[in-house]
Amino acid sequence: MTSVSLSLPLAQLSLLAIFSAMAIYTIAFLVFVWQLTRATSENKDARAKSGSLERAGFAILAVAVAVHGVGVLLRGLAASRVPWANMYEFSISGSFILVAIFLASWRVRDIRAIASFVVGFALLVLGSATTLFYVQIKTLMPALQSYWLVIHVTVAVLATAFFNIAAALSVAYLLKSSNYVANSKSKVVGFGRRILSVFPDSKKLERLQVQFNSIGLVLWTFTLIAGAIWAQKAWHRFWGWDTKEVWTFIIWTLYAGYFHATFTRGWTGKRAAWLSLVGFTAILFNFTIVNIFFKGLHVYSGL
Amino acid sequence: MSQPSETFEQQDAPNSPELGLVGWLRWIWRQLTSMRTALILLLLLAAAAIPGSIYPQRSADPNGVTTYFQGNPEFAKVLDWFQLFDVYSSVWFSAIYILLFTSLIGCVIPRTRVHYRAMRSEPGEVPSRLSRFPGYKKTASDASLKAVLDRAEAALGERGYRLIRRNDSISAERGYLRETGNLVFHTALIGVLLAAGVGGALSFNGQRVLVEGEVFVNNLASYDSFSPGVFFDENNLQPFSMSLDKFEVFFDMKNGTNIGTPLDFRATVTSKNGVDGAKRRSVIRVNEPLEMPGANVYLTGNGYAPVLTFRDADGQISFSGPVIFLPQDANYTSLGVVKLPDSKPKQFGVLAFFYPTKEQLKTGAFTSIYPDPIDPLLSMNLYVGDLGLNDGSPKNVFSLNTHGLDQVAGGKSGTKAVKLTVGEKAQLPGGLGSVEFNGLKRYASLDIAYNPAELWVLLFALISMAGLAVSLTVGRRRVWVRKFDGGFEVAALAHHDDPRLTDLVKELSAQIANKKGKTK
Ligand code: HEM
Repeated sequence: MTSVSLSLPLAQLSLLAIFSAMAIYTIAFLVFVWQLTRATSENKDARAKSGSLERAGFAILAVAVAVHGVGVLLRGLAASRVPWANMYEFSISGSFILVAIFLASWRVRDIRAIASFVVGFALLVLGSATTLFYVQIKTLMPALQSYWLVIHVTVAVLATAFFNIAAALSVAYLLKSSNYVANSKSKVVGFGRRILSVFPDSKKLERLQVQFNSIGLVLWTFTLIAGAIWAQKAWHRFWGWDTKEVWTFIIWTLYAGYFHATFTRGWTGKRAAWLSLVGFTAILFNFTIVNIFFKGLHVYSGL
Repeated sequence: MSQPSETFEQQDAPNSPELGLVGWLRWIWRQLTSMRTALILLLLLAAAAIPGSIYPQRSADPNGVTTYFQGNPEFAKVLDWFQLFDVYSSVWFSAIYILLFTSLIGCVIPRTRVHYRAMRSEPGEVPSRLSRFPGYKKTASDASLKAVLDRAEAALGERGYRLIRRNDSISAERGYLRETGNLVFHTALIGVLLAAGVGGALSFNGQRVLVEGEVFVNNLASYDSFSPGVFFDENNLQPFSMSLDKFEVFFDMKNGTNIGTPLDFRATVTSKNGVDGAKRRSVIRVNEPLEMPGANVYLTGNGYAPVLTFRDADGQISFSGPVIFLPQDANYTSLGVVKLPDSKPKQFGVLAFFYPTKEQLKTGAFTSIYPDPIDPLLSMNLYVGDLGLNDGSPKNVFSLNTHGLDQVAGGKSGTKAVKLTVGEKAQLPGGLGSVEFNGLKRYASLDIAYNPAELWVLLFALISMAGLAVSLTVGRRRVWVRKFDGGFEVAALAHHDDPRLTDLVKELSAQIANKKGKTK
């Protein structure tokens, strides 16, 4: 690559699309929350209406994802490369994939209940991206110019999205199977309990969580292998315990532990769900704290 | 038919106090190879890896360790005692993964044997006592034998079971592939570890700085630094040579937000296998190493090498050639050192700055504002005195210890620094002689590295991933249905303790009892 052209106007348009998507996500989020309160209402009519509210929520979500996708695409066009070379871009692409996968799984009836979790999380990511992580478009530094950037990061983003949905299911599962939630006399908890009653039962939540984590783990294994191949080309060894490599390894090991837990007597259920959350926390840590504050070869936050 | 006991974990404590040594050893072995131990060791391994990302590691960041020692010498000693600067080769980290892999081997071998036998046999006879299985349900029903078995066959068939109907019962089984995938996954992990270990021991990596026009010949003497693995043999270095014909750097000159950002580094080289192999021209880029037999050549850095000629007071050449300048910032303000121990009348050292595109600041100091040599300037400070090169102790060629030397040009010496641009010549102050800036070259820092087991590691890793994918998508179960007078019983066994088993038995029983045969 000896010359490249960056388009600032396109980058501006991209940012505009991202902001619009955030607005539409907010509407979808409110609709989903409203739908939850309707679905748990004492009033029969309100309950009946909640189904159409859910459908409306998903329709709005589809529009938001489309606009979000345009934003991601424009960012890539503006920089003439894949739109995931720094934290801002990784965030917008990652949250896009997350919602897209969630939307694609909407036929799995049991998963619809976590819509507000997922949309809320995506909004949080976009919010931090536009305020904390925003950077101007730049070209790729030579170390990042490799088709492995496309392969490795795409798969990492996909894996993260699956782990993310599983983590939301784990939260729902833990709330649902918590003795405190089941027995507390507090009004607030009682309200939460009513909302939880529209969620699938805890067995189903558990099973879905295992399924999403399975896909996540296979993808993460691939991320790790692809990263090692790339490291062999860019850093002259396939594994060197660089901070980012360390955390990729830790995350992988935690999820391997998670799967052992799901098959070990005395560890299934709640403990496994906690492990799934620990795993996802490690992913978030890896993406935020490790990127920004730890020293290492993966200096791509762009901040 | 394998006994359920073979597919269960045995985690019971030794039940007799007079177990004896063998009994205890067997008990310890059983503990070590249990799933629970594997789980705990995995979590421990994850936790143990964390400190290595917090403290600098000697393997990845030796300078960071030195800096840490300078900053907190006392605390650093404590950390060092705990091997926190060498986490991944530490005793405790090694202990965890060695235990884990011992456990893994102890786990995989018996399971492979059991699985091999199970795969070659048909779904076995129905065990006599079904109630001892983890999933079990007895249902009262007045349905006929045929009806029960027909419905059971339908319900199991719909779930993908392979089954055999015998007199009053059905044995069904599904998902052998799960266990196959699982065993392949775990076994291939051992392969990854072994290949990585052997590869590391046989590997080497070395560094060499090469200026445009220079030739590298692959033997130990040509390396600036070299670190071999423990089993590396010098005779394994394959003979080849490589010359750096040209080094180019491309910077962005077009896009406002991006001016001066490097777009590409290209080292054009001509390489030759052996002594009289054919010549081959190729380009090395950051992500594109040159692959030679038994070595990969990587591009790790670059900079300027001004070509200088120093003549002493007698007109004798005291130094001539390119000097490696180390870049100090993104615009390649660079620092270089020349030592002239044999110069007459007295020895002196040069500490020089190179600015590819010079710009004078208000303070009078110079800086570089662009990384390409658009308006280059070389500025030299001179130091007279004993350079200490004659006592034989190793000296860093990239730094000049000015302690005890007399500065005669530049800085606060009262004499201006000697400034030159390409092609110029200048007299040195104090009758030290003269210097000429003959030309400007670039250099490439190269890493030459090789790990003979790399492909094996990759192969095992990919096999492992495939095994994992299979094992996570296929479900393995064994189910039995038996009719008795006034009802039927259903029992199920999974390859591992599986909480969903009870559900399965419940669902199946309902389906068999319910004439409509509706699921869920
Ligand atoms: C390097 C260490 C290990 C790693 C990374 C690891 C990883 C995993 C993963 C990711 C799974 C879930 C996917 C699958 O079912 O294939 C799994 C399952 C399993 N692991 Fe491991 N494991 C390790 C060591 C062990 C050890 C030491 C044992 C024996 C005690 C063991 C026994 C099992 C068993 C029996 C299952 C499958 C349960 C089932 O599918 O019914 N693993 N392991």
